[in-house]
Amino acid sequence: MTELVQKEILLNGTQAVAYAAMYADVDVTAAYPIRPYTEVMDTISKLIADGQLDAEFIVAEGEHGQFEIVKHASLTGARTLVGTSGVGWLYGMEAIVVTATDRAPVVAVIGNRALDDPGAYGVEHNDALMVRDVGWLLVWVDTAQEAFDTALIAYRVGEDSRVLMPVGVSMDGGFLTHSEQIVRLPPRELVKDFLPAYNRGKYLVHPDNPISVAPQVNEDWVSEIRRQHDEGMERARTVISEAYESFKKVFGRYPGTTRDIKMFENPFVEPYMTDDAEVILVGMGTVSKPIKVAINKMREQGIKVGMLRIRWFRPFPTQEVMKYLSGAKVVCVVDRDYSLGSPFRGGVVYHEVRSSLYDLDERPKILSFIGGLGGREITVQDAEKVIKIGLEARDTPITRHTYWINVRGDPW
Amino acid sequence: MYKSIIKTMKDVPLEEFYTSGHRTCQGCESAMVMRYLAKVAGPRTIVVGATGCMYVANTTYYTTSWVVPWVHTQLGGSGAAALGTSAALRALMRKGKIKEEPINVIVFCGDLGCADMGLSGVSNAMTYDYNLLIVLYDNESSANTDIQETSMTPYGAQTSFSRPGTARRIMKRRWKKSVVPMIIAGHRNIRYAATTTPAYPLDTMNKIKKALEIGGPTFIHSLDPCPKGWDYDPMYSHELGTLSVETGLWPLYEFVDGKLIYNEPTKGIVEGRVKRKPVREYLEKQGRFSHFTEEDYEYFQKMVDEMYTSWEIPGVMPIKSVIK
Ligand code: SF4
Repeated sequence: MTELVQKEILLNGTQAVAYAAMYADVDVTAAYPIRPYTEVMDTISKLIADGQLDAEFIVAEGEHGQFEIVKHASLTGARTLVGTSGVGWLYGMEAIVVTATDRAPVVAVIGNRALDDPGAYGVEHNDALMVRDVGWLLVWVDTAQEAFDTALIAYRVGEDSRVLMPVGVSMDGGFLTHSEQIVRLPPRELVKDFLPAYNRGKYLVHPDNPISVAPQVNEDWVSEIRRQHDEGMERARTVISEAYESFKKVFGRYPGTTRDIKMFENPFVEPYMTDDAEVILVGMGTVSKPIKVAINKMREQGIKVGMLRIRWFRPFPTQEVMKYLSGAKVVCVVDRDYSLGSPFRGGVVYHEVRSSLYDLDERPKILSFIGGLGGREITVQDAEKVIKIGLEARDTPITRHTYWINVRGDPW
Repeated sequence: MYKSIIKTMKDVPLEEFYTSGHRTCQGCESAMVMRYLAKVAGPRTIVVGATGCMYVANTTYYTTSWVVPWVHTQLGGSGAAALGTSAALRALMRKGKIKEEPINVIVFCGDLGCADMGLSGVSNAMTYDYNLLIVLYDNESSANTDIQETSMTPYGAQTSFSRPGTARRIMKRRWKKSVVPMIIAGHRNIRYAATTTPAYPLDTMNKIKKALEIGGPTFIHSLDPCPKGWDYDPMYSHELGTLSVETGLWPLYEFVDGKLIYNEPTKGIVEGRVKRKPVREYLEKQGRFSHFTEEDYEYFQKMVDEMYTSWEIPGVMPIKSVIK
């Protein structure tokens, strides 16, 4: 089972995470089907059946059960893999919240999917974003390679004794969960150097360590517990940075890329031609693809435009957002989600970015773009249109805060 | 099969693994179940408790009553928590990550969590082959939230969801469901399931012991008189437990490897040696039935009689009455 050479194989986003879980030697997995995340469990099941991975494979009775299974397995010292999509994520929500408050570092694949009703299999980020306030680390990946690498990083960060928190590896349903790309797998032996064994220390549930986990506290202790949780979230920033550094050292390449180039100077965000950009687009996940193509085209015409792709959403990269966006005149946030009834009727990422920029002496103008809901494609032409609206806003006062990309009956 | 049974109270282990620190009501029979199970299971045990009376009253931060490791699971999470804990132990032992040894996994849940919300999860746990024991501690209401009706609340009982009024005297019209037969009928690989009530401590302790020794997925349903919810003086808890069995309302039995065994005094009732006491003796001692009229007592008695006269398996399986 030990491989000492790197090899390249064709995997889609969910399969890539399954391979990472195999490399991480997970002990317990809990499955329940829902598109489009499911293939991670299809793959795990096959890897177990073929003797590539030694793990318990439990088919739960629903997502609530799925997350309770891995929560308790994790508290008992097992490394776990779980995942879901859309309304499945919401069906499990009670268990998902206590997974975080019990500080169980499970890793979950979230194959982003629109919430019912109406039923739709395509991507929308509102599912994963439901946990933005309850202590899950959330990361959005953009390629299968990034999915593989980030899953390994997720175990390392979540299980770190300074953090002990679950990590949601989010990926766009369809666009990444189901599109195959070349993934470079590291030598399995090296993974041990990068990822130490999971050790819960004094928080392990075992007869040798008779602790009570999650006793009832009423009003007495909740504030302190939330505060400690928040401190863990804050420490995660350091631990994430360390993990990316270490990844580079151990595997000899930057996480997320198959080439040995310095593609990611920052673990939390991916800046793309932001240095001199007057208009910067912000987004998460695979929307970066059409946006980058549009930027390349505009740059050929001498238009100063760039993109900031947010990778880690929790903890939110406040400093990075301030750093990379402070020079821009206009920031256009492209959300694959929407927050009904929110200020200026914008997307969730828009509000986080807007809030991060508030303390700047000179604030860029900021616009919210809602696009690709339910899996509708955001095309290069759409991205060009966003940039055009951004350029107009640079030169004229803002009259409108939110634009819905390509919606029937709405001028676009 | 199991190695030993506890014959007299003198053979009961002295050590306590569920001790002081809890704040259950005086006369709480569910607390007795916890004490028995911890005693019998001993120190190499992990206990998981679902939300319910035994969570809220037992595990106040800094004063937990559990000497063995104890973990909370959500109201509907018992089956999954059992699976997760047991699967982790199996994987970690097989892979040499922790020492190989038998560790008991016991999950307890109340009627609301187990028989209502958590039933699908409990059922799922019963389909696997992990070693786990799920104990349903049934106080016939959601007791820690102010006594609300559950599917396990007896016919006609008053709760804050089923209050008798001037237009309708009986608000709870559904009959309590039988969980153990449902578990047995639907899960082929389960080797041990039983009913009990803490008024018979040896019965309860031996059943827990057998379940743990036989292994695999196992299930025990305990009827626990609850002074707060049933409205009686706490000193009568054991008396009510005894009456629930002697009236035939709560038959004591166990399924061992597919065989049904009645336990005394239910065995005597089924074999016709012991006469059932009128169920009224049990009902009239509880404030929750204080609005009952003659007609209600009669109806209740008729339903209990049917359990023994018209059921396929007396007191256990109602099939015959359905198909007749
Ligand atoms: S309400 Fe009933 S079950 Fe709950 S602690 Fe009190 S007596 Fe026990």
